[in-house]
Amino acid sequence: MAGALPDGEPVPTDGSLPDDATREVGKNGFAVYVHVPFCASRCGYCDFNTYTAAELGGGASRDEYAETVLAELALAARVIEPGPVGTVFVGGGTPTLLSAGDLGRVLEGIDRTWGLAPGAEVTTEANPESVDPAYLRQLRAAGFTRISLGMQSAADNVLRVLDRKHTAGRAPQAATEAREAGFEHVNLDLIYGTPGESADDFARSLRTVVDAGVDHVSAYALIVEDGTRMAGRMRRGELPYPSDDVAADRYLAAEAALTEAGFGWYEVSNWARPGGECRHNLLYWTGADWWGLGPGAHSHVGGVRWWNVKHPSAYAGRLAAGASPGHARELLTDADRHLEDVMLRVRLREGIPLDRVDATGAAQALADGLLEPDAYERGRLVLTLRGRLLADAVVRDVL
Amino acid sequence: MPGPLDPGVNVIGSTDPSRIRNFCIIAHIDHGKSTLADRMLQITGVVDPRQMRAQYLDRMDIERERGITIKSQAVRMPWVVREGDKQGESAVLNMIDTPGHVDFTYEVSRSLAACEGAILLVDAAQGIEAQTLANLYLAMENDLHIIPVLNKIDLPAAQPEKYAEELAKLIGVEPTDVLRVSGKTGVGVDHLLDEIVRQFQPPVGDPAAPARAMIFDSVYDVYRGVVTYVRVVDGRIEARDRIKMMSTGAVHELLELGVASPEMEKAGALGVGEVGYLITGVKDVRQSKVGDTVTGNNRPAKDALGGYKDPKPMVYSGLYPIDGSDYPALRDALDKLKLNDAALTYEPETSAALGFGFRVGYLGLLHLEIIGERLEREFGLDLISTAPNVVYQVITEDAKETVVTNPSEFPSGKIAEIHEPVVRATVLVPNEYVGAVMELCQSRRGSLLGMEYLSSERVELRYTLPLAEIIFDFFDQLKSKTKGYASLDYEPSGEQAADLVKVDILLHGEPVDAFSAIVHKDKAYSYGTTIAAKLQKLIPRQQFEVPIQAAIGSRIIARETIRAIRKDVLAKCYGGDISRKRKLLEKQKEGKKRMKMVGRVEVPQEAFIAALSTSDSADTKGTTKK
Ligand SMILES: Nc1nc2c(ncn2[C@@H]2O[C@H](COP(=O)(O)OP(=O)(O)OP(=O)(O)O)[C@@H](O)[C@H]2O)c(=O)[nH]1
Ligand SMILES: C[S@@+](CC[C@H](N)C(=O)[O-])C[C@H]1O[C@@H](n2cnc3c(N)ncnc32)[C@H](O)[C@@H]1O
Ligand code: SF4
Ligand SMILES: [Mg+2]
Repeated sequence: MAGALPDGEPVPTDGSLPDDATREVGKNGFAVYVHVPFCASRCGYCDFNTYTAAELGGGASRDEYAETVLAELALAARVIEPGPVGTVFVGGGTPTLLSAGDLGRVLEGIDRTWGLAPGAEVTTEANPESVDPAYLRQLRAAGFTRISLGMQSAADNVLRVLDRKHTAGRAPQAATEAREAGFEHVNLDLIYGTPGESADDFARSLRTVVDAGVDHVSAYALIVEDGTRMAGRMRRGELPYPSDDVAADRYLAAEAALTEAGFGWYEVSNWARPGGECRHNLLYWTGADWWGLGPGAHSHVGGVRWWNVKHPSAYAGRLAAGASPGHARELLTDADRHLEDVMLRVRLREGIPLDRVDATGAAQALADGLLEPDAYERGRLVLTLRGRLLADAVVRDVL
Repeated sequence: MPGPLDPGVNVIGSTDPSRIRNFCIIAHIDHGKSTLADRMLQITGVVDPRQMRAQYLDRMDIERERGITIKSQAVRMPWVVREGDKQGESAVLNMIDTPGHVDFTYEVSRSLAACEGAILLVDAAQGIEAQTLANLYLAMENDLHIIPVLNKIDLPAAQPEKYAEELAKLIGVEPTDVLRVSGKTGVGVDHLLDEIVRQFQPPVGDPAAPARAMIFDSVYDVYRGVVTYVRVVDGRIEARDRIKMMSTGAVHELLELGVASPEMEKAGALGVGEVGYLITGVKDVRQSKVGDTVTGNNRPAKDALGGYKDPKPMVYSGLYPIDGSDYPALRDALDKLKLNDAALTYEPETSAALGFGFRVGYLGLLHLEIIGERLEREFGLDLISTAPNVVYQVITEDAKETVVTNPSEFPSGKIAEIHEPVVRATVLVPNEYVGAVMELCQSRRGSLLGMEYLSSERVELRYTLPLAEIIFDFFDQLKSKTKGYASLDYEPSGEQAADLVKVDILLHGEPVDAFSAIVHKDKAYSYGTTIAAKLQKLIPRQQFEVPIQAAIGSRIIARETIRAIRKDVLAKCYGGDISRKRKLLEKQKEGKKRMKMVGRVEVPQEAFIAALSTSDSADTKGTTKK
């Protein structure tokens, strides 16, 4: 079951935006997100907007999906003229359930519509078991420059609790195949704090990602999302709840191992070798504009956030009728934008200028050892390691 | 069906006093007073059969829901004796149904003072219980004639022979003098009505003297203002009189007078021995005080009738609105309830943990519970009440005396002596449980006053106990240790010096006033550990380690620690998570505003509330019907 969408006001049928929003579109960068809402099976912890073939029933078919997305792109082209696209990110679900050809056609469509900037970063997510060397070569040839693989863990017992379908060895192998196929940038996703995961299990996961030769690692503490199968098992007592203290220990382990291997944190959950940072994600966190294509995809243009209808058939239906698939939107006030800005930038290595936050709160956080004293001297709020673990509390205190 | 009345007998205001019988029904809680009253209303024909409902006189929602009587109700009923030596004689009966719960004993004593006779009702399946005795003694102190009656004889478990003997022995009559009725089926009720006329004395008073009437109840009604219930002793009150309150000299215009039968029935006058109501248009029951004497303004009486003692609050507790902005609404609501409840007292107080509220005095825990429930229900308030405590006299070494109704008023100087209120408790119990009851009373610092066999198997134990020891879970314990067979009654009996200490609870070194308590030295440690452990579970972890300590003065007697939180960050933050995360953050910030700060520690008010409400609070289980 996918998580619920936020409330908001309706989106106009033609998808149009207020003039204020479109006037300066792309001023802080412009990105495109493409959502692919299909998975071979549903992992018990996942509440992303994705559907197995059985859940989809008839209606929306994977084969026509690329066409449907291109229809939304055509609609988008009538709403904004953003200038060249700096980054594209295809996420899921499991994008690699689509053929490389389909993914290529969507990318080509984006290029034709708005133009890809020179050196654009083009990422796709992939499940380790859903790719092989030939497929990866096709993706590379189609213009993809970066691949993000959901490894989650190097321990088979953990992968089982997470309902993952691949073996522990498959993810690093796929990463190697990706590099061999010509991908300069490869990410591996880890989940830590899964019930049953030992400190050793996680240490092994960290060694594995380091040895896989990738230039980017995302490590997420397991979130038990409402309504997921995993949440149900925990509620019924079949599985213990994850512990925050364990998660904190794992985080410290990740920081130590990754730093040691030459990675640096650039966002609370993300580490990269120099030059390996994901530019697309950075655009999300620095207030850039982006258009999200696909069911349930979120977009942001000039202080307007909107999100599409969630179900692939509803999405396809709207577009077939020539209407915007937008489900609802919110027009951010200046106060909202400030709050989001602080909320997102505090998580970054770069931090945020002190003059944008509450001085008393920041001073207290500094005194509590949550902020880097050097950066503070220079007028910036930058989290210490302990501060990163308490980032949400810092945000609440400095707003 | 009732026979024809003598002409002139039931004319309100001109009833011949010799025809009048004023009586009340008294009993242990649940022995069936209100149900018996129902049958009387029905048999005398004052309530239309179609309007009849069970416990007709329990009119408040809260009375109906809990199935208990809280307020006495007086009803005038005509009756023609059906059998025996007075057959055919017409009478006017004023019956008062009273509450059975110990908290409302003062209602009973007021009612008794308006009567010449009392029906002592005993459940034929239960026998004599503690309030049976308590109410019997009250009636005897008032010189009332008593008719002993066994009720519920329809029950298969009824043992009328056995209990008739018990009851007869208790009041010194023959077992055959004990009447037997069923309030449920009505069996024996007409005979009881005949006996009321035969056995009870009519009221005596001087019809020619200046009017004197005793106020035995005073009720605020939104539509009519204050309705004052009186029993006329001498003279006559006429509808067009101006009346005078003898204690204050205040004079009021009479807007209406009449009797409750059981609906209000307007009349022209009230004469000697009659029971009825007066409406003067005053808006505050304090201007028409229970126990005061009403006289006529034209020809005022010289001496007032003997009044009642004001009921004194036995327990106090802090009452706080959960939403601080409801404070004025709470004050208004208390003011309104006070109009009907002279026993309710309150004063503003503030608590660092809970904000602005009131220190409220109650007659007991049932009273406390009922007031809380009425405030929540009738006034839509969300409230939290702190652990109840009794009133202490604290004498410091400089010989200064302080009355402490709130632990936070406990003097900080050197203490010479502390006095606590004690009660004389009566426990009635089958003899096999005597040991268990003694053990319990002992553990609650009780001292045995006496023990008596009421029958071969029923024992009466009398103890002096600190009031503070019985307001917590004493009654529950008593019931569970005696398989539910014990019953309890108690009355205040002065105070005693005791080894008491004030235990403070400190959060990160700061005292949290709502949890300070005055307890016996031997219980201080267990109080301290219990509260500290509870708060440890309820208060969320902070960015730093937070010690929770229980202390007597500067001596720490218990300690728990809330470990510092180590992780407070959401792992993922994709483009699609931003709106959701912002909304969550806004909610958290709102929540933060509602946090109570104890030093640097942020405590959600809910944590305080949970710690207070799950504490071994009210001993009120015994007050609702099973
Ligand atoms: N079987 C049977 N049940 C009765 C009889 N009289 C009362 N009851 C039941 O006993 C319970 C208590 O009756 P009430 O009339 O409310 O008792 P009460 O003495 O007025 O109670 P308080 O006002 O709370 O002291 C109710 O459930 C009645 O239905 C009776 O004669 N026979
Ligand atoms: C959009 S998901 C999909 C990627 C891809 N389908 C896969 O599973 O390999 C991207 C990443 O989010 C992380 N993720 C998903 N659900 C999560 C959860 N409940 N808690 C923590 N991380 C989660 C996983 O690491 C996952 O690889
Ligand atoms: S494969 Fe990825 S997107 Fe699909 S259910 Fe699992 S975690 Fe979610
Ligand atoms: Mg009753």
